Amino acid sequence: MRSKINYALALAGMLMAPAMASAQDTMKIGVLATFEGAFTVLGEDGMRGAMTAVDEFHGMVGGKKIEIIKGSSDASPDSAVRAARKLVEQDGVKVLVGPLSGDEGLAIKDYAKTKPDVTFLNGSSAAQDTTLRDPAPNFFRFSTDGAQWMAGLGNYVYKEKGYKRVATVAEDYSFPYTQVFGFMAEFCKAGGHVPAKAWVPIGTKDYSSVIAAIPEDVDAIYVALGGADAVNFLTQYEQAGGKAPLIGGSITVDQTVLTSKGKIHDVLIGTPSAGPTADSNPSPEWKAFVAAYKKQPGAFPVPSLFAHAYYVNMKAALLGLQQVGDDVSDGGAKLRAALSKLVFETPTGKVSLDENRNAIADIFLTEVVKLPDGTLFNKLIKVTPQVNQTLGIPRDEFLKLGKVGRENPSCP
Amino acid sequence: MSELLTAARPRLDGTFLERIGLGNIALVIFLVIYPAVASEFFIVQIGAYSLIWGMLALSLMILAGYGGMVSMAQISIAGVAGYTVAIFGMNHTGVHGFGWPFWILVPFAVLLAALVAGLIGLISNRTEGIYTIMITLAVATGFFYFTQQNYALFNGHSGFAGIEAPKFWGINWRAPVPFYYLCLGCAVLSYAAVLYASRSAYGLTLQAVRDNARRMRALGYDVTRHKVVAYFYSGLIAGLGGVLLVWFNGRISPGTIDVSAAINVLVIAVIGGMRHPIGPFLGAVVVVLIQTFAIDVVGAERYNTLIGLVFLLIVFASPDGILGLWEKAKLRAPREQVFQLDPLRAGVMSITNRRKRNI
Repeated sequence: MRSKINYALALAGMLMAPAMASAQDTMKIGVLATFEGAFTVLGEDGMRGAMTAVDEFHGMVGGKKIEIIKGSSDASPDSAVRAARKLVEQDGVKVLVGPLSGDEGLAIKDYAKTKPDVTFLNGSSAAQDTTLRDPAPNFFRFSTDGAQWMAGLGNYVYKEKGYKRVATVAEDYSFPYTQVFGFMAEFCKAGGHVPAKAWVPIGTKDYSSVIAAIPEDVDAIYVALGGADAVNFLTQYEQAGGKAPLIGGSITVDQTVLTSKGKIHDVLIGTPSAGPTADSNPSPEWKAFVAAYKKQPGAFPVPSLFAHAYYVNMKAALLGLQQVGDDVSDGGAKLRAALSKLVFETPTGKVSLDENRNAIADIFLTEVVKLPDGTLFNKLIKVTPQVNQTLGIPRDEFLKLGKVGRENPSCP
Repeated sequence: MSELLTAARPRLDGTFLERIGLGNIALVIFLVIYPAVASEFFIVQIGAYSLIWGMLALSLMILAGYGGMVSMAQISIAGVAGYTVAIFGMNHTGVHGFGWPFWILVPFAVLLAALVAGLIGLISNRTEGIYTIMITLAVATGFFYFTQQNYALFNGHSGFAGIEAPKFWGINWRAPVPFYYLCLGCAVLSYAAVLYASRSAYGLTLQAVRDNARRMRALGYDVTRHKVVAYFYSGLIAGLGGVLLVWFNGRISPGTIDVSAAINVLVIAVIGGMRHPIGPFLGAVVVVLIQTFAIDVVGAERYNTLIGLVFLLIVFASPDGILGLWEKAKLRAPREQVFQLDPLRAGVMSITNRRKRNI
């Protein structure tokens, strides 16, 4: 038994050693993303975005070498907090970028409150209450939330497309709640009605009961599903003879869905959507970003919104660190003061923070078009400039709309 | 049978210290002084976390090791206790949260979990071997999807957040060192209880049921009741582990009790070894260390492969897990020493050997 204990102690010592040797010449930054589970592909692309920002700084910030320490979650809040704890408490990072998905963001916000000396920057998580209600003073989100991403879509489909009644189908967790909220906030205000909302668990394979429950008389269906869920739903909807046109959530009509094979191609053409990025953004900044992103190993033809969000947040972290000369010895107070005031140009326009440290940024309205070679592509229709978290509504009034959820908002 | 009786007879010779065993004493001393030498991260995220998972795996070890019933539903039982704490205690999700004081809440949660475990035992009672695994896996999967889609009681995918460990005697029991000692106390209690029960008449009868249920039935034992009671006891430990787990995370959601968590319990028990109650704890330490640090060794893209390979290696080198390696090392030592070290373990080993002969 004693030899085993000795061995265990030696092992523990070995494992603790790296944390004790706090290097003076490197700046440690933790990156938390999903490298396992259903969102692995998205997490890896988020990482590419973060590394694009690091490469833009040539791996140096404020005279120190940037050391990236990765943490992995499986998109569950438990695993995200555990990975964050490891990065903060064991690896000793003072700046953490992440996480990827909505519920993780809410959990990391709670964790951030217990570590006031560490500066947290969001990855791509886009649930509303991560910053809107009860925010953590050391959690910054330079990316926008799921409701902001919907800016312009509700008005567009009501006025331009003429949809008056829309049913929604969305996954059953905080991020799609936020997306549906953002869409309905505008759509209902314009005069539209949403008679039916279907919430499906992540990873649902059989949508027949959902499709059967969609009312006959709707003008369109708003779909906020991601990846395989979107493909499954769209395929089954097409096979069931569904004719209603579609409206897409921010991750519903991205390249992973558009490049899938089969008849859903025809269903998707003309689908309007909105989000923080647009594939066909003509601005030179965006084109430069795409070129830089493509240098990362395994990159997609166009960066996903996850790569974009991690890029923006990582760049904000690096800009902040540069301003304070890497000085986080005061528990990061100077860094956080710098971040709060930080305004910078991203590939998708100017970004600044509101009082709750949530981004105000441009949002892009797009529509799926078919290119001459048969591939599908999101065409930029319109840019909604500088959307804030309360969607232009005064903060008190916006808070009165209530927490996002299955029942809220409602306009049957 | 004679070996079995030797083991059953309470050993009154030898001093109190000798009966506990030097190894156990050294282990307890190490575990008690551990917070003095370890960093905060190692105290809670490795130490306390391993103890919690060790308890969950221990609850499986009771069933699998002594009862021959491999249950995949232990994490669901822990989940029942965890959700009970979230629903009847305090949470800041704004759903339920009746605010019961902990001294009612914890026994209630653990007892409820044990009753659910007993129920699962009743359901799976008629099955054996792989069919027990299948039916309990079905229960675990069913419970996972139920919590995921039920909003009235379990608050669906989001679950409950902001669950705090109690504060009493002026101590915040979620602070690193008190929480570690809380977990250690519960783990030692469970460990000692299992060790004691395994030597009791009930424990030996259960082991006999495992080895030859038909003969035991012929001898007049109520086989069904013995098995269901084993589920109940294992539910007490899994429930206690579940309460600690929910305090550890401060939250519970379906992701806490999904199928991968159920498999994690089994992996820990297999890695550690199921012959002795110390096995699950050894397994938990190894698994938690690997799962935490593999990402530093091979990077973010392939670290799950490394975890898998290590597990494969351990099981390949020793089908009885780490405990098996330990036994192997001990067998190389002179024979008398084996018996001097731990007469009980020799007894357990002989039972296992008998079982192998039967097969």
